[in-house]
Amino acid sequence: MTASETGGLGAALLFAGISVFCAAMLVSSALISGLGLGSMYGLLALGFHITHAVSSTVNFAQGSAMMLGAVLCFTFWVTFQWPLTLAVIAGLGLCAVWGAIVERTAVRPFVQRGSNAWLMATVALGIVLENVVLFTFGKDPRGMPAGLLTTNSVEVAGIRIQLLQLLIPVVGLLFAAAIQIFFQRFHYGKALLAVVQNKDAARLMGIDVERVVMASFALSGFLAGVAGIMVAPLFTISPTMGTLFGIKAFAVAILGGIGNAWGVMLAGLIYGVAEALIVALAGSTYSQIATFALVILALAIRPTGLFGHAEVKKV
Amino acid sequence: MWRECSMWRVLRGAPAWVFAAALLFSFAGGAPFAAEPVKVGHVAALSGASAQSGEAITRGVALAIDEINAKGGLLGGRKLELIQRDDESNPPKGLIAARELIFQEKVAAIFGGIDTPVSLAIVPLVNKEKTPFMGVWAAGTGITRNGANPNSVFRVSAVDDDVDIKLLKYANEKFRAKKAGLMLINNPWGQSNEKGLIAAAKDNPAITIAGISKFENNDVDMVPHLTRLKEAGADAIILVVNAPPGAQMMKSRERMGWTVPVVSHWGISGGRFPELAGPTAGDAHFIQTYSFFGKQSPTGERVLAALKKKYPQIKGPEDIFSPVGTANAYDAMHLLAMGIEQAGSTDANAVRSALENLKATYQGLIKTYNLPFTPENHDALGPNDYIMVRYEGDKVIPVE
Repeated sequence: MTASETGGLGAALLFAGISVFCAAMLVSSALISGLGLGSMYGLLALGFHITHAVSSTVNFAQGSAMMLGAVLCFTFWVTFQWPLTLAVIAGLGLCAVWGAIVERTAVRPFVQRGSNAWLMATVALGIVLENVVLFTFGKDPRGMPAGLLTTNSVEVAGIRIQLLQLLIPVVGLLFAAAIQIFFQRFHYGKALLAVVQNKDAARLMGIDVERVVMASFALSGFLAGVAGIMVAPLFTISPTMGTLFGIKAFAVAILGGIGNAWGVMLAGLIYGVAEALIVALAGSTYSQIATFALVILALAIRPTGLFGHAEVKKV
Repeated sequence: MWRECSMWRVLRGAPAWVFAAALLFSFAGGAPFAAEPVKVGHVAALSGASAQSGEAITRGVALAIDEINAKGGLLGGRKLELIQRDDESNPPKGLIAARELIFQEKVAAIFGGIDTPVSLAIVPLVNKEKTPFMGVWAAGTGITRNGANPNSVFRVSAVDDDVDIKLLKYANEKFRAKKAGLMLINNPWGQSNEKGLIAAAKDNPAITIAGISKFENNDVDMVPHLTRLKEAGADAIILVVNAPPGAQMMKSRERMGWTVPVVSHWGISGGRFPELAGPTAGDAHFIQTYSFFGKQSPTGERVLAALKKKYPQIKGPEDIFSPVGTANAYDAMHLLAMGIEQAGSTDANAVRSALENLKATYQGLIKTYNLPFTPENHDALGPNDYIMVRYEGDKVIPVE
């Protein structure tokens, strides 16, 4: 091997090394971003899971509940100058109330008549909320002031990660674990699942079916509020901020298998990471085409979702 | 008795006589009793993310109209009247609003807003109807250079192709950047600048383009975009976007801990950029056509005083948001008024011809306009009229 050949090989190896390093950095960075966003989708999708598990209905106003959480927290904290903790608690409480209102006004009246019109009614109620916020909060996007979680960061293998980016997946996974444990290990959780199997039997066993279903919607609103408040510092707060999140979260819920809390949360993370990788490698122009195409492909292969299982119907 | 009766009858019929005479007079083409106002339309984002830009333009136009009306109006006493419509940054809504202003309100001219896609949607309509259109913010090159003959679209604002030359030159000279990473919004405005920046890089041997990343308005996380440009070796970011996604870009850059210089087109000045972007908002240097900071010309001092008087919340230059909208609109309204006056009517063709050959010189806010438009050039401002600024808190301060 001549000196020039050795030099050429060295340069090629160096170039390959740099390329691998760059690709690794790109993928690692996309992973961090994707896990954060994916957890948001997962939290919202958990709301779909809970109401579906308890009542076989879903709340399509989830996206607007997420927006409500962010808007209320901003208003209480920034506009009214309340302490942050109080603003978060009040915001989440009102999101839960909103969830209960959705159930009482847009779901229960239709379910009682055996109609599926709750599908449209929850969408409509979400639009109503968006417009109410539009008139009261305004159309102007607002920015959450910088806080401890966004100004402090840690560096791992050359990649800077904000504390909030670390906290979001942790919160998402904790909620998923708590819900799964509640439904599988606790007596009351099992009782809630009984409602969806046979309402009359559940009622005879002393379960207040209406209250249980309303509580599940309140919990779904609460989870959406958590997602909204956590994403607000990373995004801008506006009346329409929840629309696309809501659609993606529903896709995630279906992808994960809507009956499985862990599955839904993991599907959220997979969706978020896939989206971030596509943006990193091909740009955001193609991200929605590609991610939704992947969802369709996954469902074509596994119609019950990645982690779901087919329901057994006894006849 | 007879005389009294006759007089009484005449007096009793006086209102009818006066009305008939007035009617006859106005039909005969004489000066009407209450001179019909000259209506001027304004289609812009008056709500939503870019609402501040619409308000800034409104202030500039309104101030100029106040001055013109105080001097007796146009065409021998006709007052100017501003009619506004909100396009919500939505091209179809902008087009519908422009149609209504032309066909229902019969406006003499239309002012545009911040959004290039909205202006591009309106351009074919105004060219077909020959209604003069005055662009005062949207910088898309194709707005004025649209190939129509006759071309009814004029602009007192920046032009993307010229801005792009300036942005690359500034990045190289101020930050010694040699490889620019382009962060462009994925819409016609972004496309217009992509072409302009590629052409500008070809003509500027000191700087090349490291990579191009296009993003959507509602992208939450720009870290993957920025990482791609960083890996491509970008040592400066050229940003072309409006305030909210621009703020997302700055937040993502902050999250990465990448202190790369950011040189931006002026879209970021059309909303609450400092609030949305957070602590690093001031790192973005962006282009403007005017600043109310520093020593002002006599026109500048007069306009600043008038703004303070008309809008009490303005105490000084720091309170003027989106100053470029106000400045461009103020000068554009005066130039349009000169065109109407020179044309002697609000006839669209006559006004267009007059604007293309304005005989008088106008001591404007941004500069002194001497033949600002010609049949070949419908852009009143050029690269020499651009300045670079940045945010310091909510203030826009010059950095050049």
